[in-house]
Amino acid sequence: MARMIGAEMFFETLIDEGIDVIFGIPGGYVLKVYDVMPKFTDRIKHVLTRHEQGATHMADGYARASGKPGVVLCTSGPAATNTVTGIATAQMDSSPIVVFTGQVPLPYLGSDAFQEADHIGITRPCTKHNYLVRKAIDLPKTMKEAFYIASSGRPSPVLVDMPKDVILGEDELIIPDEISLRGYNPPTKGDPKQIKKAVDMILKSKRPIIFGGGGIIHANATAELIEFAHRLEIPVTSTLMGLGAYPQDDPLYVHMLGMHGSYAANMAVHSSDLVISIGARFDDRATGGNFEEFSPNAEIIHIDIDPSTIDKNIVVHCPIIGHAKEVLKQLLEALPSKIDFDRSKWRRQINEWDKKHPMSYNQTEDKILTSFAIDTLSKITDDDAIIVSDVGQHQMWVAQFYKFNYPRTHITSGGLGTMGFGFPAGMGAKFACPDKQVVCVCGDGSFQMNMQELATAVEHKMDLKIMLLNNGHHGMVRQWQTMFFEGNYSASRFGVLPDFVMLAQSFGATGLRVDRPDQLEATLKEGLSTEGVVLMEIMVDCEELVYPMIAPGGAMSDMILGVSDVA
Amino acid sequence: MRHTISLFVDNESGVLSRVAGLFSARGFNIESLNVAETLDPDTSRITLVTTGDDFIIEQVIKRFNNMVNVIWVDDLTEETRVEREMILLRVEAKEKTRAEILRMADIFRAKVVDVGLETYTLELTGDKEKVNAFMELLEPMGIKEIARTGTVAMKRDTKNSNTGDSQ
Ligand SMILES: Cc1ncc(C[n+]2csc(CCOP(=O)(O)OP(=O)(O)O)c2C)c(N)n1
Ligand SMILES: [Mg+2]
Repeated sequence: MARMIGAEMFFETLIDEGIDVIFGIPGGYVLKVYDVMPKFTDRIKHVLTRHEQGATHMADGYARASGKPGVVLCTSGPAATNTVTGIATAQMDSSPIVVFTGQVPLPYLGSDAFQEADHIGITRPCTKHNYLVRKAIDLPKTMKEAFYIASSGRPSPVLVDMPKDVILGEDELIIPDEISLRGYNPPTKGDPKQIKKAVDMILKSKRPIIFGGGGIIHANATAELIEFAHRLEIPVTSTLMGLGAYPQDDPLYVHMLGMHGSYAANMAVHSSDLVISIGARFDDRATGGNFEEFSPNAEIIHIDIDPSTIDKNIVVHCPIIGHAKEVLKQLLEALPSKIDFDRSKWRRQINEWDKKHPMSYNQTEDKILTSFAIDTLSKITDDDAIIVSDVGQHQMWVAQFYKFNYPRTHITSGGLGTMGFGFPAGMGAKFACPDKQVVCVCGDGSFQMNMQELATAVEHKMDLKIMLLNNGHHGMVRQWQTMFFEGNYSASRFGVLPDFVMLAQSFGATGLRVDRPDQLEATLKEGLSTEGVVLMEIMVDCEELVYPMIAPGGAMSDMILGVSDVA
Repeated sequence: MRHTISLFVDNESGVLSRVAGLFSARGFNIESLNVAETLDPDTSRITLVTTGDDFIIEQVIKRFNNMVNVIWVDDLTEETRVEREMILLRVEAKEKTRAEILRMADIFRAKVVDVGLETYTLELTGDKEKVNAFMELLEPMGIKEIARTGTVAMKRDTKNSNTGDSQ
């Protein structure tokens, strides 16, 4: 057995785990890790980010695009606390990342040593699990456990804290082949009794609807979902996190539901007699938050890998705990060979809703509307391009107007709503899928929260496009002020903005700007076809509002459909 | 409703904060908490008593189940179970109350574990009601200090259900 120090074991274990890229910044207690790194960089790429939050979002974007865990390496104290927003973001959207932090030597723990922070305590509520490693010999096993926990069951972040003496400690390298943890047995197959019950409910339902969430994507269950929906001719709607899990081109697709979901989807869920939720957790942005009035005439089947999501917001009639792919396979097997149903009336009804209030915008010659800009982007990008959005109005328009036909092509911070996520997460996605077209769709507010990573992107000669929607505002804040605060625009307008084109150029990237609707498409095409990091600044109308909207706490049938509806 | 929850957890640092953290995150108070090693030194048993909305407690228990360090959880509230708690109680023992205190200790099968110039320290084991009743009776004499272990609990062995220990 080879003897080596903890720092070397760290890389040997990453390689054993199949990790090919890590995101990080060196400093105090991890300097030895960085010192040995050059020996391994033929097998592992290190991306030197400009902020640890950037590193965490990159790892997250990498994980969401590839399905493989994303890895962060940084030092202790301020570096570790900088990762917290990224960890919490990944946790809320069930993204597997593993964060490795340096720590003061074990004997100094708790002594307020230089750059000491309680990483374990600080990240306990936002990780699935975290570890303080005490001996070098334990490091490989702990790392393998961390990757296993992060990527199995409901995917989630895990943090591994590595004190300096562990990093320097010399011992034998022992990487276990298999991990077994007595307190951790993630579910796979659903309970056959529940499967049978669900099938009975499905067979007698007249107005079923599939409520698809991000869990379908984590479980790589798209093929099974398509087969299931087609066999039973069940319309499929999607949460924000589920976009792409089901092809939007498919005739059974009813588009997104929720706070800014389509009229047809929200009406369909509200009027359905059977909601089949798969990998979704009925959060308040997906249901409108009025849990009492949620789908009042429906029975609910809830398929989820995490038992703690069952009955959390909505009491369900048939919970099935299991992996979405496995459970869908079981359901398909349990269906009788001949099934009688007539969905024509139900599907006609949904189509009528859709025709009555489709997602739409009214682009004039004057100012570019963000909705129009996203619709245009959707038409000119590759079919399987990865679109990574930030947080705000533009994020909702991406969800409404970009056509997602494949899983892992829509990446956004849905659960935590972290501004500044989009750009670094898009970089992570590009590292995961270098051959795919990746476009970051950012708000002017959000972009400013992590724009330092332009340097990282240029340094890595990334072929990455940024579509920056400049409305001069925290647009979503402004929208709420318009709708719910009598137009009191307090602190939502930017008094100063950088010249984003020059900003891009100052980092060595290309910058383009457009402010006329008739030139939008040409500019986007030019930007998308220019090599390297390209920032396309789109000057958009700050007065456009995202509709439909369920006012917070409202029922799904209670939608504000346009300006005239606002009190 | 009051719940008595039993958890088997990995006997390692940080586990207790994880368990307690689920309560503090919801603004819930833990009434009592007892932790000690089991027959297997790698495993600790936690007995936790809390009062709260049944629905939320059910959610908390599901979260316990999700924790990597939690091997097994059981809500004993609905089970037939044995619950015990121990209390150390220091009471003023004046000339004229001494005999009375000893008489009550005898009735409750409490033990005198320390005698001071003007105090007795008593040890009593029993369920919560018994401990509370004992404290109430001694209250007029002047209780100076108490230390309670918090509840420990076990499901009854129903196959062989003798209630020999009931008192
Ligand atoms: C880190 C963080 N801070 C604050 C918020 C609150 N917030 C939500 S949307 C928004 C405005 C976003 O502005 P911008 O990125 O320009 O997008 P727009 O709505 O204008 O399209 C703010 C401030 C948030 N979601 N995240
Ligand atoms: Mg903006």
